[in-house]
Amino acid sequence: MRREVGEALAEYGTANPDVVVLDCDVSISTQTVLFRRAHPDRFFNLGIAEAGMIDMAAGLALGGKIPFASAFAAMLCYRGLEQIRTCVAYNEANVKLLAGYAGISDYKDGPTHHSLFDLAVMRAVPNMTVVAPADGNEAKAMVRAIGERPGPTYMRVSRDDVPTLFGGDVAVEIGKGRLMAEGGDLTILAIGTVLGAAVAAGAELSAEGVSARIVEIHTLKPLDAALIIRCARETGALVTVEEHSVIGGLHGAVCEAVGRERPVPVAAVGIPDRFQRTAPDVDALMRYCRLTPDAVAEAAREVLAAKRGER
Amino acid sequence: MSVTEGQVAGIEEAARRLRATALTMIQGRGAGHPGGSLSCADIVAVLYLHVLRIDPRNPADPDRDRFILSKGHASATLYAALAMRGFFPQGDLERWGEIGCHLQGHPDRLGTPGIDVSTGVLGHGVSIGAGLALSARLSGRRFRTYVLVGDGECQAGVLWEGAMAAARYRLAALTVIVDANGVQLDGFVHDVMPLEPFADKWRSFGWAVREVDGHNVRELLDALDAVRNVHDRPSVLIARTIKGKGVGFMENDHLWHGVAPTREELAAALRGLGVEDAP
Repeated sequence: MRREVGEALAEYGTANPDVVVLDCDVSISTQTVLFRRAHPDRFFNLGIAEAGMIDMAAGLALGGKIPFASAFAAMLCYRGLEQIRTCVAYNEANVKLLAGYAGISDYKDGPTHHSLFDLAVMRAVPNMTVVAPADGNEAKAMVRAIGERPGPTYMRVSRDDVPTLFGGDVAVEIGKGRLMAEGGDLTILAIGTVLGAAVAAGAELSAEGVSARIVEIHTLKPLDAALIIRCARETGALVTVEEHSVIGGLHGAVCEAVGRERPVPVAAVGIPDRFQRTAPDVDALMRYCRLTPDAVAEAAREVLAAKRGER
Repeated sequence: MSVTEGQVAGIEEAARRLRATALTMIQGRGAGHPGGSLSCADIVAVLYLHVLRIDPRNPADPDRDRFILSKGHASATLYAALAMRGFFPQGDLERWGEIGCHLQGHPDRLGTPGIDVSTGVLGHGVSIGAGLALSARLSGRRFRTYVLVGDGECQAGVLWEGAMAAARYRLAALTVIVDANGVQLDGFVHDVMPLEPFADKWRSFGWAVREVDGHNVRELLDALDAVRNVHDRPSVLIARTIKGKGVGFMENDHLWHGVAPTREELAAALRGLGVEDAP
């Protein structure tokens, strides 16, 4: 996914001369190097200084530029949080935070490089838009979508290649969920890289005679609460799927929304609340964290039983 | 540019009024930061009456000079200066801190006309200023960016990240002024966390350094004029000041960092400043 984001930045930089990119000595990793090659005069490497980079991006935004500030999610979100709150969000500075190597996609570097709860943190920041694309094509479209929409934004980017779900012409409307498959028995809501697992689980359930609606929530904030509540009303049971802690991310957001308007059983497929492990490849770590189609299907069966009052 | 003695006297008088207004505001609200509001009054007066190219009728002009009060707790002095320049009515100052008033405890750019950057957490102004200065260069705009920081604030690591970046990108349109009053909330800077050799620190980070008496209007004017002739690096003015300057019983006392004076103490302070009544 990171390569597509780098390409999209370079293209967007050609289309819009106000676009600038900042990185913290990881441009080869995050692939913002592709922007640097295309627009060297608008690329700024701040060294290993995430806090200063975010502040500088705020200044660039207040001066009328559209800065994309790129670093690994774990450092950008956690080290940079106070800067993000005060200088970006409180100032309503038009900064696009590109959170690379998000979730557990940096499987090889281990727990220090995982961002397990960045969505929970960013979602709680006032004025912040929070998005996570599901594949490379959607990520590409999202770069331009967030660039053209004013306001502080946090965008997750996976380090890894993600199975392609969308065509190159996919459109992204920030703040709107995307119906992937119709269904009436329950709704599986997924964000980011695990949308493919949700779709695969839907097929698995279909073979059992269960009709699962599949919805992508690529924008965690502002949340498409109307769509989620409609799904709760029409299908009566929900499963949330995310490459993120079960605390505070999509699961938290969905429970908050339906808890107010239409309480229904909601099962969580996400990363358990503990630091994870270094792994030989990302699929192994996804299996270790039970972020698989099987786990989603199992959660769907459980939540269906709850809906029917069987448990 | 030459500044007449009359102009200097006018700025000195304005600084005296800023001190009186700020103290009156702090007493009225029962909250604020007297020591650091008084130490920076001459600097703020020089900037707002002479240096900054700003227009109260057009506060969003993209070509205006930018000012960042990185030591946002000195907001009373800044608010007094903005009202003096006509960015908002003088009467707003009396409502500082009310829930319905645009004047926040620390500067809020979205609410208060004339504020370029919302601040309050120390350490950020230099990096944000670097970003603004860089935006000017990229856009071909000629505005200058001024950042007022405290010396205690220079203990924050993120400030030095910005100092490195500003030098790396040779942001000569960025000027940092340090209100070096030597006192922070808990005591003297040299006791809490020493900064000396302070000028050498900035020099080693690649900045043009000038040390001035931060209560001498003429020196401040000359130094701010001179930084315009530096074209290959950012400039820092280390303005040596006295915390609580102008009010004898507050001077150099860290206990006046963040405590409001009583009505009686305000009256004594105003008498010391040569002001009989609240402005």
